[in-house]
Amino acid sequence: MSRVGTIARRTFLIGTAVIAGGVAFGVYAYKREPINPLLKDLGDGQAALTPYVRIDQSGVTIITPRADLGQGVASILAALVAEELDIAWNDIRVDFGSPSAAYYNGIAAAEGLPVPATDSSFKARTTRVVGDAVSKFLGLQITGGSSSVPDAYEKMRIAGAAAREVLLQAAARRTGIPKHQLKTRDGNVITPRGEVLSYASLAAEAAKIEPPQKVRLKPAADWRYLGKPMQRIDIVAKSTGTATFGIDIRMPGMVYATVRANPAIGGGIKGYDASAAAKARGVIAVVPITGGVGVIADNTWRAFKAAELIKCDWGAAPYPPSSAAMFEVVASSFTGERQDSRLKDEGDVEAALQDAGVIEAEYKVPYLAHAPLEPMNAVVQLKDGRLDIWTATQIPLFVVATAAEVSGLAPDNVHLHSLMSGGSFGRRLEDDYVRQAVEIAKAYPGHPIKMTWTREEDMTHDFPRPLGMARMRGAVRDGKVEAYDLKVACPSVTASQIGRLHMPTFGPDIAIVAGAWDQPFRIPHYRVTGYRVPELVPVSSWRSVGASANGFLHNGFLDELIHEAGVDPLKELIRLCWHEPSRKVLEAVGEMSKWGSDVGKDRGRGIAFTLSFGVPVAEVVEVSNTPQGIRIDKVFVAADVGRVLDPTNFENQVQGAVIWGLGHAVNCELTFKDGVAEQTNFHAYEGLRLNQAPTIEVRAIDNGSPIRGIGEPPVPPAAPALANAIFAATGKRIRELPLNKHIDFV
Amino acid sequence: MRLIVNGKTHEVDVEDEMPLLWVLRDVLGVTGPKYGCGIAMCGACTVHVGGEPVRSCSLPVGDVKADVITIEGLGTPAALHAVQKAWVAHQAAQCGYCQSGQIMSAAALLSANDNPSDDDIDQAMSGNLCRCGTYPRIRAAIRAAARELKGRPT
Ligand code: FES
Ligand code: FES
Repeated sequence: MSRVGTIARRTFLIGTAVIAGGVAFGVYAYKREPINPLLKDLGDGQAALTPYVRIDQSGVTIITPRADLGQGVASILAALVAEELDIAWNDIRVDFGSPSAAYYNGIAAAEGLPVPATDSSFKARTTRVVGDAVSKFLGLQITGGSSSVPDAYEKMRIAGAAAREVLLQAAARRTGIPKHQLKTRDGNVITPRGEVLSYASLAAEAAKIEPPQKVRLKPAADWRYLGKPMQRIDIVAKSTGTATFGIDIRMPGMVYATVRANPAIGGGIKGYDASAAAKARGVIAVVPITGGVGVIADNTWRAFKAAELIKCDWGAAPYPPSSAAMFEVVASSFTGERQDSRLKDEGDVEAALQDAGVIEAEYKVPYLAHAPLEPMNAVVQLKDGRLDIWTATQIPLFVVATAAEVSGLAPDNVHLHSLMSGGSFGRRLEDDYVRQAVEIAKAYPGHPIKMTWTREEDMTHDFPRPLGMARMRGAVRDGKVEAYDLKVACPSVTASQIGRLHMPTFGPDIAIVAGAWDQPFRIPHYRVTGYRVPELVPVSSWRSVGASANGFLHNGFLDELIHEAGVDPLKELIRLCWHEPSRKVLEAVGEMSKWGSDVGKDRGRGIAFTLSFGVPVAEVVEVSNTPQGIRIDKVFVAADVGRVLDPTNFENQVQGAVIWGLGHAVNCELTFKDGVAEQTNFHAYEGLRLNQAPTIEVRAIDNGSPIRGIGEPPVPPAAPALANAIFAATGKRIRELPLNKHIDFV
Repeated sequence: MRLIVNGKTHEVDVEDEMPLLWVLRDVLGVTGPKYGCGIAMCGACTVHVGGEPVRSCSLPVGDVKADVITIEGLGTPAALHAVQKAWVAHQAAQCGYCQSGQIMSAAALLSANDNPSDDDIDQAMSGNLCRCGTYPRIRAAIRAAARELKGRPT
């Protein structure tokens, strides 16, 4: 049975109940929620009060069922529960939980719908509810789309409140004291006489009590944790080398493996000669895997060395061999036949662009690798009809389905132990590395095996952000932007990625134009058209997905038009913007950067704005034009995520996302030769280093907007704000990334 | 061959050219130092050899002629080194994967120079890549650790 078939069947009964119940009426009904996965492995005296809280004799464990990729989601989700449950910060223990449909993500699917985040109409809201229902149906326990916090904001607080309520009831039953006279504090129920009953001691009784259907949440004014700087729960471990990543797992009898797969992705392997590798010191076995070879040895380095000795006869890539050839395919995709969407079409663009004085430009963006610092790895053990997998993943249910399919075991015999990961940026939305590890385990059962990729394997087997091109035309009149016609052509991330999960996609791919079609600007004649380039290299979600490219494309040419109109960029963006929260963000960044003041000789300021994942973000970049090249001095960022749950982590995420956006814009690209990525390691794919990192000032604007995540939205404006600043400082307009193809950087 | 790691002596039987990083991680089970690139470009594997910061992925173990200190030997959760304290206070880490190396580079800098300028910090830290972009917090943490090490009020 195919993977989707398996998943759908496993979740169908749960799913239909859910769709018929909670969602339609907007009531959070516990009984109709998907089965609580904690109930099945409970020991004596343990209670699982909701899918998010487990209590036993040693205390409370909060299940944070999203992958912590560095964004700090485990801490924030735990804080949501802890706030209502009333436990002390230092007593918080978290567990990523086992894969379960109960941990569906109701927000992530909504991001792919053709409804702009600024649309709060009934139709838009209904479409989003359908997104939630579909996600529940499929049990998509996914981490992505900056969705973890908005998805969890209510449901995990409710889980904490419900658990507290049950504990209070248990204490009332035991003591005979009416519930309303009992209080809680730091993991204990306190009686009016001052007796202290720990939650742990109440676990067995609490397990017998049905959680309430309705709970009252604390008003924000009473919050102890939320809205205040929190110490990340993993910060000491991550500062002492004691955090355990997948690559750090050690087990008795463990062996070590690596793989070499065809770097011409999908080209397959025609044959290989492993005679030298098999004789190398420490090598245990050389085994075939799909499209490549695996090497098992007694340590990782020996596996790496042996893998290099294998002579592989690779097949050719099923796509054009060079970047130049691929860009030709992109350039020839601006056709009616390839048109994928025209979600914005206001005024009469064709008529407005009849006159002389039409401004035209062409822009280009490259493939980009995720390249998280921890290379892909997984620990697997296939033994006695049971498969255990220790790894980090953003798609746990799909990983289990893949592992079941490859191993031939029933999904119930596949046990996934989710770990934190050393970065991801979307890379772990793919499960290729798990598939390989399970293939190796099948060839060498009975032992724990740690499979680790070399950096070279990682760089040459990424599922990159797609390349793309844009063709723009525009016109200005009386010092105003009058017409903007934007055409974007790139391969479909959604079709490529969802296709690998064996799921159908339908309708246009919003990712092709995300961050362009949905911007809150009113231009008299304004049109955004997406063209779907046929799949070339398989592509995937890369931090901020479609907006990562469109932020640059849309802002870059808009800045050109504004300059052509001879007006101030910030003033014109504010004038064009109809969306109040976005306008406030623009005004704030203007104030922070003292926009309009003298920036000094050989210096320049650039501004850009992108609304993505529902979050308006404006950035101003200041650069100096030095004899050694461009130096990025300072960045100002204003963003509106509604309420900020942890100001420290918020600032850290914004700064990281800005450095991510700038670093890739300055010097990163993945180019192809003979079907193989040419950048094999960090010597050729650097990003920014500490000496190049600007100071970054961050301000959160709360306009009372719905709560949103911040992991991705600051990425899209960074590249165009930098390019616009370079234009301001040098007069040089750069229309292609990376920028260092056209100008030097310090 | 004999190797002294975090004050403990080990006898290891490996090829001379095996990089110190992999001896630490896979032979001795010292997993604080991380593998990021294997070619001295990312700094995730940084340890101290004879007090100097080195990229252990590119140092053959046969060439190790002095004591090795890894992040585990710098401080522990119960007894943090001043640099680690500053890292915690500034919440420098995101994914944390680069941070063992960052901390070892910073500790080496501060043991040689307790009042580093921004240029000194740039020099010492530019070999450590952070894909999560935690540089602003790393810089702030280094300044705070320098103040603490000099006994100045923070
Ligand atoms: S792993 Fe040693 S510098 Fe990257
Ligand atoms: S914190 Fe993730 S690489 Fe530095």
